[in-house]
Amino acid sequence: MTLSPALRWRAYHLPRTLHPAAWWVWALGLAVAASRTTNPLLLALILAVACTVVVARRGDAPWALAFRLYLYVGAFIVLMRVAFRVVFGGNTGGTILFTLPTIPLPDWLAGIRLLGAVSAESVLGGFYDGLRLATMIVCIGAANALANPKRLLKTVPSALYDVGSAVVVALSVFPQLAESVQRVRRARRLRGGSGRGLRALRGIIIPVLEDALDRSLLLASAMDSRGYGRSAQVPRGTRALAGVCTLVGLVGVCVGIYGVLDGTAPAALGLPMLVLGLALAAGGFILTGRRVQRSRYRPDSWGLAESVVAGSGILVGLLLSVLLSVDPTNLHPSLFPLSWPQAELPVVLAILVGALPAVLAPPTPLTAEELRTAMPRRAPELVEAGR
Amino acid sequence: MIRFEDVSVTYVGADLPALRHVDLELPEGELSLVVGRTGAGKSTLLRAINGLVPHFTGGHLEGRVTVDGLDTCDHPPRELAHVVGMVGQDPLAGFVTDTVEEELAYGMEQLAVAPDVMRKRVEETLDLLGIAELRRRPLRTLSGGQQQRVAIGSVLTMGPRVLVLDEPTSALDPTAAEEALAAITRLVHDLGITAVVAEHRMERVVQYADRVVLLPGDGVVVSGEPAAVLADSPVAPPVVELGRVAGWSPLPLSVRDARRVAGPLRESLRPGAPSPGISTDRAPGEVTSSPTERVGAGGFTPTERVGAGSFTPTERVGAGDSGRPSASARGPALLARKVVVRYGDVLAVRGVDLTLESGTVTALMGRNGSGKSSLLWALQGSGPRHSGTVEVQGQDPGAVSARVARELVGLVPQSASDLLYLETVDAECGAADEESGRDVGTTRALLDRIAPGIVGDRHPRDLSEGQRLSLVLAVQLVAAPDVLMLDEPTRGLDYRAKDELARIVGELAATGKAVVVATHDVEFVATVAQRAIVMAEGEIVADGTAAEVIGASPMFAPQVAKILGQPWLTVSQVIEARLGILTGGVG
Repeated sequence: MTLSPALRWRAYHLPRTLHPAAWWVWALGLAVAASRTTNPLLLALILAVACTVVVARRGDAPWALAFRLYLYVGAFIVLMRVAFRVVFGGNTGGTILFTLPTIPLPDWLAGIRLLGAVSAESVLGGFYDGLRLATMIVCIGAANALANPKRLLKTVPSALYDVGSAVVVALSVFPQLAESVQRVRRARRLRGGSGRGLRALRGIIIPVLEDALDRSLLLASAMDSRGYGRSAQVPRGTRALAGVCTLVGLVGVCVGIYGVLDGTAPAALGLPMLVLGLALAAGGFILTGRRVQRSRYRPDSWGLAESVVAGSGILVGLLLSVLLSVDPTNLHPSLFPLSWPQAELPVVLAILVGALPAVLAPPTPLTAEELRTAMPRRAPELVEAGR
Repeated sequence: MIRFEDVSVTYVGADLPALRHVDLELPEGELSLVVGRTGAGKSTLLRAINGLVPHFTGGHLEGRVTVDGLDTCDHPPRELAHVVGMVGQDPLAGFVTDTVEEELAYGMEQLAVAPDVMRKRVEETLDLLGIAELRRRPLRTLSGGQQQRVAIGSVLTMGPRVLVLDEPTSALDPTAAEEALAAITRLVHDLGITAVVAEHRMERVVQYADRVVLLPGDGVVVSGEPAAVLADSPVAPPVVELGRVAGWSPLPLSVRDARRVAGPLRESLRPGAPSPGISTDRAPGEVTSSPTERVGAGGFTPTERVGAGSFTPTERVGAGDSGRPSASARGPALLARKVVVRYGDVLAVRGVDLTLESGTVTALMGRNGSGKSSLLWALQGSGPRHSGTVEVQGQDPGAVSARVARELVGLVPQSASDLLYLETVDAECGAADEESGRDVGTTRALLDRIAPGIVGDRHPRDLSEGQRLSLVLAVQLVAAPDVLMLDEPTRGLDYRAKDELARIVGELAATGKAVVVATHDVEFVATVAQRAIVMAEGEIVADGTAAEVIGASPMFAPQVAKILGQPWLTVSQVIEARLGILTGGVG
């Protein structure tokens, strides 16, 4: 009995939350693509792709609404880059846009020039550079908006469980801390304090810290009584072995990465070291993970949709890397002489692959929607009770 | 189920043991109510059940505590998590995750329960506690009663045999308290869970209890049938006190039981029935005379009782019926018109008109989130006020500097300790003198009048809840405001500390201050307030004498009013009236 394609598509497209790692892989793929080029057309296209997917598939949770902040940060980076080129010597190249009065500097600052002639080449150079960085940041922001950062932390291997939960708790304590600062500041006014100056600072910090300490003690005792930190009995020797494996393995990974990235390093330091380090670290993780006995409530599963989303990101990164190294005309638009950036069809199509999740990923369920529909559900009861 | 064998607990640095040679057995399936004064060792007893004492708190525990056959000595709290579910005083502080569903699953994740079992248990618990529609809600957006139910659910999913609850309803309004208690009794009745509940607000719980465990204060424990233990307990709910006064036997524990035997008392009060205005005409000095001392003190001598004569300056202003000037002669102390408070899209207070008379205690009631706190803060001038006018002595407290505002209106906020930031009581008093430009020692003198005997070099955090409240009150009163507002002052106070507070509030009103008390505690309102205001959704929905407003409300009526009907609100009124009848009969 096979389902018709239409039915299968419907089942696939049911609203659900995707595995957070899928969105992160997708976003990193886009970011890798962005890092390969300074072509503003391509970068703008990547930006558009990221924004489209975010708008189409984000939820209404607070972290999803923070995407705007990443856009602001991106715009700020571009502006800063351009402004720096204008302020500090922007006359490379011959196309002078406008000339500002030069500010004379003393001799010992001879290498630096303030203001003066500003050329199109240097401004554009700053713009391209800034746009590349901004695009990468927006890609990360897109991942943050689409995947719940806390759920991502929950998918860490069980050896890192303690670290993960510490981070999760710390994240939820932050808003509480802000709240308690606000409350105490308000209370300071009741004692006639202005809320400014060193004395007021003391009057705010001490109650807030006391509050935070009290709360963390309460939380610790609550977690203790709810079974946090229950662990299976593991012989001492095994525990020590696990620790040593993890540490040595991680050092090996560091050395290995250095060896791989630094072309002049001896070959033995490179790939073999990396593999050895990874193996050791993995062994350590498995040994430590055995000590932790816990299960996960409604774990995020990795299904077809996750593969589609992650795959589209990887594909963009790979395709762009390959296409641009084969035919580097689109890679960096020429500044000397100035020329229009070009975008060839294959490259554009490769980037557009990244927009597929906007359609192919199942939509994210909205919590606000749920609340709204929950309201009228109660109404009939009230109506009946009123009769 | 739970067995204490000759248990003594001594904390590090303490002179006296918190618990002394306690032998106690709590059978399976019973709801035990733990009562006693603040500091009598209630929390120690509760936390010893799952091993938090001494594994988490430190200290020295002698003897043996066993739960379901497991010795807490070899089992730290985390190893007992599947046997004992512990719910703390402030549910929000104990939440680890941030949505309801995840919170319910958290404990099971730690116990490594299989995912499909977990899923099923979460659904069952959501239904059992009636919180299914809240499943995806962030925990911080829930109301107090909902949070309490989620906290209960989050330990229930681990399938414990024992449920331990520390003050589950203290912070809740009457309706939310009913919700939480209904959930608890349902678990005891339907699932056979053994519940141990500590609660200051005994009137809410005692009727459901199968057993009362009383801690009189010297480290020992008395346990037994509720009626037998409460017959001479130093702390007792109004219904029990009324029973003692009327000499009912067996002692009724619920309003229903009391009403069935109250016929004769009702009749005997009728001939000399007081005018409905009894509560407004009463002198504040008398309001506070606690029936506990007169009647039920028994073998337990009250330790912290302050002699009534110590509050000298204002003491007898209102003592006689003749001595006190009528409120109207003093004129309004605060005039507010069309006060609106909004936070973004949310209207917290919607155009409230309010006049506060000098020398009157006004109770401000209403469910959590009805705008009480926002109104108080707006009236004081430190909180936001969107529109409307407030006038105290011809000035607007919102328009003047914070220093002037506190001389017009004093406010003791819900978390009173936010105002304290120095290391000793004396330093706090000194800082308060300086802040209000008074002579050195003014605050200390005020504090000694409000609550004598607080040692000056103690850290404010080491004071009892009631003493800390007194300190904050002194700090606020040193600015000599005409209007004093207290936001939820009875939180965490036991019956005796509440009597003390009632005395202080009464005497402040007698000196001509307008006092506003925002509270859920109807029994406290009944003893202290002349006027009562009920708020709902940011509007005033009822305003009148306390007897009219709370006596007539199904939710807010104090126990005595429920038993005897209006205008009776407190046990002391009944005592007075009976004395009146007796002397009248003789003469």
